[in-house]
This record gives sequence, C-alpha cells and structure tokens, in this order.
Amino acid sequence: MYYKETLRQMYDIGIGSLPIVFLISIFIGAVTSVQFYYQMSGTLIPSYYIGYIVRDMTIIELAPTITCLVLAGKVGSNMAAELGGMRQKEHIDAMEIMGVNTSAYLIMPKVIASLLMIPVLVCAAALIGILGAYIASVPVGLFTSAEFIKGVRSFFVPYNVFMMFVKAFVFGYILTNVSCYQGYFVKGGSIELGEASTRAVVYSNILILLADYVIALVLTA
Amino acid sequence: MIRAESIYKEFGDQQVLKGIDFLFEAGKTNLVIGKSGSGKTVLLKILVGLFKPSTGHVWYDNIDLVTANKDTLRKLRMQVGMLFQGNALFDSMNIEENIRFPLDMFTTLTLKEKNKQVDFCLERVSLPGINQKYPSEISGGMQKRVGIARAIVLKPKYLFCDEPNSGLDPQTSITIDELIQDITKDNNITTVINTHDMNSVMEIGENICLLEKGVLAWKGSKDQVLQDKNETLHDFIFASPFLQKLIESNH
Repeated sequence: MYYKETLRQMYDIGIGSLPIVFLISIFIGAVTSVQFYYQMSGTLIPSYYIGYIVRDMTIIELAPTITCLVLAGKVGSNMAAELGGMRQKEHIDAMEIMGVNTSAYLIMPKVIASLLMIPVLVCAAALIGILGAYIASVPVGLFTSAEFIKGVRSFFVPYNVFMMFVKAFVFGYILTNVSCYQGYFVKGGSIELGEASTRAVVYSNILILLADYVIALVLTA
Repeated sequence: MIRAESIYKEFGDQQVLKGIDFLFEAGKTNLVIGKSGSGKTVLLKILVGLFKPSTGHVWYDNIDLVTANKDTLRKLRMQVGMLFQGNALFDSMNIEENIRFPLDMFTTLTLKEKNKQVDFCLERVSLPGINQKYPSEISGGMQKRVGIARAIVLKPKYLFCDEPNSGLDPQTSITIDELIQDITKDNNITTVINTHDMNSVMEIGENICLLEKGVLAWKGSKDQVLQDKNETLHDFIFASPFLQKLIESNH
C-alpha cells in the first residue's frame, strides 16, 4: 500500500508538474539570455560569455529556486488541501481508528516522492532553461549558435551541479513538510482550509528563500 | 464489553464530561443519547481512542485503552469498526477499494480472497454488485451501508456508530438501525451508537445512556423509557410537539 501510494505521488508531483516547469523554465532561460545580451552589448566582454552566464545562473540559482517556488504553489497547496480535506471529512480519523499510522501512510509517501522527483524536475528545468536561452537568442540573431554553444561549454564547474541538487533536495523537503503540516493539522471549515493552503505556500516560499541564502553561504564559503 | 470508568474530560476551562461510568454490553446495541452539546461525541471519541480522557479509564474487556502500549493498541484497533456521521468514505476510491482498504492494510490475503470478503460484506448490507461505483454515485443511505460494510470487513469485536441516521429519511433510518442490530446479534459485537434519533431509541435501545451537560443523567433500556419518571429523560424523549400531542390525546 505504501509503495503504491508513493508511486502515485511520484506521478502526481513529477509528471503532473512537468508542463508548468517546462513553461516557466523556457521563459526564464529566454529572458535571461536576452537581458544579458542587452546589458553586455557595447562592452568588451565576448558575446559567448552570455551562454556561460546563462548556464551557471540557471544551474546554480534559477532552476532550483524558481522551480521550487512554483512547486510550493502547485504541489504544496495541493498537498495541504488534500490532507486538510481528509481531516475535515474524517478520513484521517477513520484511518486512525482502523489502526493505520496516518502520518506514515499519508505524509511519508509525499516526502519520499518529493525528494525523488523534485531534483529530477529541477534538473529538467536547468536543461530546458538553457534550451530556452538558445531558442530566444540564436534564431533572432543576438549571437551565433557556435558562440552560444562555446559559452555553454566553457568554464564548467561540476560542483555547481552538486549545489543545484543540494538546493533541490532541501527545498523539496521544506515545501513538502511545511505543506503537509499545514494540511494535516487543519481545524475548522472551508475558510480555514483555504487559509492553511495559503499558509503552506507562503511559509514554504519564505523558508525556501531563507534556505537558499544559507546554502549559498555554506557551499560557497 | 467496554467499560467507561470515571471519565472526565476538559478542554481548557470547559468541563465537557464529568465522571461518566457506564458498561457497554456485548451482543447488545448500546445507545448514547443526549442533546447537542451534552458530550456524546466527545465520549464516543474517548471510547475509540481519538481523544484521551483527562482522568478515567476505558476498558475493552480487560485491556485499558488509556494506558495500553502501542502494540496492544494497534492490535486492539484491528478489532474496532466505526461508522462515521459523514461516512468518511474515501472519494478517490470506488466502493470495492473502500471496503477492501482495511484488508489491504492489515491482512496478507490474496486479492481474490479480499474481493470475496468485500462481496460478502456488500451482500450483508444488501448492496450486491455496486463494487465499481464511487461514493458520489450512490445515495446517502447506500453510503451509510457501505460505511457499515467497511466497518465490519475485519470482523470487529467492537462497533461504533456516530449518528448513523443523520440526514436519512425515517424508513431508511429504520433499515440502518435493523441492520446494525442484526450484525450486533449475529456476531456478538459490542456496539455503541451515538444518536438523538427517537426512533432508534425506541427500536434498538437495549442499553441506553443519557448524557446531560456532561453528566450521566439516566441509564436503562427502551422498555423503561416510557415508564420512567426521570425529568431529564422525559424532557429529552418528549421534546417533540407531535409526541406531546399524541400523549395528551391518549390521556
């Protein structure tokens, strides 16, 4: 049962979030490349540097942070509403009376699924972001395909990918736990459920941004 | 049997239950009745272990629910079935999956054996063949019966029903009452029903406990209800103007 529930959650979090992650990543990559081109035009910095900057910005910061902020809104509010609804409809009480360990059955699969799927989504977001930068800049003639690819392949530091995965794990853990806590302990009616769902998103976002700063500080020290 | 022993419960400054002592007998339909806010639901939640009493004990035969360790509690819970006021059927599962849920969680039976048990329970509540329907596709009365089927699928020794007739028409209510009573007798279950439905009191009230402001105001059976002169009982039972007129016309 736990295994099946974990798979269901993995599908919901992973496949279910792919369209929104795809959409956001492609535009973030596109906008980053266009704006860096604008800022660097007229300077002596070679234009292939834009590919390098876009790659590192996407990997280190934009892919993990923006993706997880968006997932806190989509997945986090969904988790809080699902658990809160179950609490209000006495589903959780029913399971507890049956002897089911509700935190293990309802929350643990969500945490495991998030820890497995959110890094995958972040990784996909990074790749799609770089692709978005290419699509937005090369066909319109901001710079050539060769320049962009040279930039993307220059000065690659594998440690940055490690940082991306650390952020993805930590942010995934934060957004799942905060959201599940808000939903699981909801009291009252539909207004309180809405408030819990909002709190799940707001608190997750604040903690993600705080964790982002701490991770950046620790891993770049 | 289940024995409530000196149950006190308070939420902050509010004393909800004040020293409840009552014996819920096996093989009988035990009713907890009382006005809204009298402490019925809190008592039921203490009996099933969802709330802990401030002081007092709940004995399931010779096991104290309040002091039982986790392992004993887990085993005990597998012997408990509960029908909720709002049914608490899982919306995302069909009827078969809902009833099979306790079997999936706690047994090592094969899928075929589990489904056989599900069919037996659906047969028992007179709802054969609705396995693939979803809770939203059946009526309130049918949902109650599915709730009963799920509550009895693990063959419990103790059955709790919270307002089993709420939101149901009188005829369906009688069907549900009779079903609960039949299951109780057939399997010698200790059944505790939380209700304020007078029909249930007069139909299946074999052992009744009347709560008034958190205090046990009266206990007895349906046969004693009409004869007893207890004022609280009288006020509660004959609160309906229809019944009052009926009695006056009989006089």
